Amino acid sequence: MMSLEERKAAVVEEFSMYDEWLDKYEYLIELGKSLEEFPESEKTEDNLIKGCQSRVWLSSTVEDGKLFFRADSDAIITKGIISLLTGVYSGATPAEISADDFGFVEEIGLKENLSPTRAGGLAAMIETIKKTARENL
Amino acid sequence: MQSIKEIREQFPILGTSVNGKPLVYLDNAASAQRPQSVTGKWLSLVEEANANIHRGLHRLSNEATREYEDTREAVRAFINAESAREIIFTSGATASVNLVAFSFGEAFVREGDEVIVSASEHHSNIVPWQMMCLRRRASLKVLDIDKNGLLQPEALGKLISQKTKIIAISQCSNVLGLKNDIKSLVQTAHKKGVPVLVDGAQGIVHSAVDVRDLDCDFYVFSGHKMYAATGTGVLYGKLKWLQEMPPYMGGGEMIQSVSFENTVYAQSPAKFEAGTQNFNSVPTLVPAMEFLRSARESALVEREQESIVEFMLEQLRADCRIRLYGDTGRREDKIPLFSIAVDGAHHEDLALILDKMGIATRSGQMCAEPLMDRLGVTGLLRISFAPYNTLEEAEYFIKSLRRAIEMLI
Repeated sequence: MMSLEERKAAVVEEFSMYDEWLDKYEYLIELGKSLEEFPESEKTEDNLIKGCQSRVWLSSTVEDGKLFFRADSDAIITKGIISLLTGVYSGATPAEISADDFGFVEEIGLKENLSPTRAGGLAAMIETIKKTARENL
Repeated sequence: MQSIKEIREQFPILGTSVNGKPLVYLDNAASAQRPQSVTGKWLSLVEEANANIHRGLHRLSNEATREYEDTREAVRAFINAESAREIIFTSGATASVNLVAFSFGEAFVREGDEVIVSASEHHSNIVPWQMMCLRRRASLKVLDIDKNGLLQPEALGKLISQKTKIIAISQCSNVLGLKNDIKSLVQTAHKKGVPVLVDGAQGIVHSAVDVRDLDCDFYVFSGHKMYAATGTGVLYGKLKWLQEMPPYMGGGEMIQSVSFENTVYAQSPAKFEAGTQNFNSVPTLVPAMEFLRSARESALVEREQESIVEFMLEQLRADCRIRLYGDTGRREDKIPLFSIAVDGAHHEDLALILDKMGIATRSGQMCAEPLMDRLGVTGLLRISFAPYNTLEEAEYFIKSLRRAIEMLI
């Protein structure tokens, strides 16, 4: 399995292949569509991330000291973004995540290409992943 | 007569690009763009007549005061109020509703009384009344919309009780884009002796308003949705109510005399305009009203708007993946505002993709969460047009919407 750094680099490389933002959206939409199914029973108030315009759920499990995330959203681009994040951070240890600066999100230009409302949602997703890591340290 | 192209030239922002595409601005119901006559007015006041109003005896102050008070008279004439004393300047429709909810509540609402709002109101015409009801221990009643989304006088008549103190309803819902029959609704309320506040934030943009003909007790609207500077708004109130209402805020220039023992308030409108007013921006309402008036009188604009509405209704109705809300089937009920849901595509995704195609739309709950719940949706995509929009833009929107839907489904 790739390391956290390798997974981040792979995402940055994948994203740099698209010049047009519409193409990047298409890629995110595909990612969103291919995300494994999220159980209805886990769509709880506790798993709902506050601060997003659309509804986003995130749940996690710990296996062999590593965190694994599952996520869903009713909006497909948001689902693509959260699946990108869970894809990168699933399999990392709580310590690795806590030490991470999430800089690759800026590197792929996600932040400036989302409106402040949506960037707020992105920040909320990142904060939830960080919080989960802290709680499992 | 000005062509649409000439009208567009008065709005420099319409010539700009976003995301490498020419800007197609279809979020006018949230805030409209400003013509150069409006920005020019603001700039000339700042550069040539900037001084606090109603205070100084010097020339600049006199000039600024004259501009401000001339605007009051121009607004009076624009909505055909009886007296300029019935026109109060606020920061926007929200501030106007808050003022009435507070001051009217203090004067007339007691424990056990009732206030009626409608199911299609903007949060700005719900929350101030909820706050007042909590303070005055009154209760809030909700007038439902009919199956088409309109407010019906008969339903209102049934909801009014002995305890109803005031009714707050919108002339046009910011989500449904339908014109309510305000005159009949007011008549129904008045038969039972209940005053009515009308939220005209969308209404005044799309129809000539005569407050004496409507006979409403209060009428509120915002400047920025009708092409004036932001931070401007109007509260019209019948003098008989304004005289009985206590001030909302205390401060400079709203008084007749102040001592530590007793302060005597000024008469309306000064009573409700505490503190330094937005004197650079309020006079931009004059060129804004002028723009509205000339757009309304232009046969070219009317023709273009008619083709836009016809085209949009036809296209949105024809696509089985799209649900159009606020469609009574009658063209005359509709303002050029369309809220839609697309089966299988989230409103947020649509708005985001459209943005990359250069199109500004609104997505989400549009500050009307109770209405969204009532319609059974988490949000909608709204497209709203202004006199500077063209049929070509509407066509580009529909084409782009189809492409966005295909990307998503």
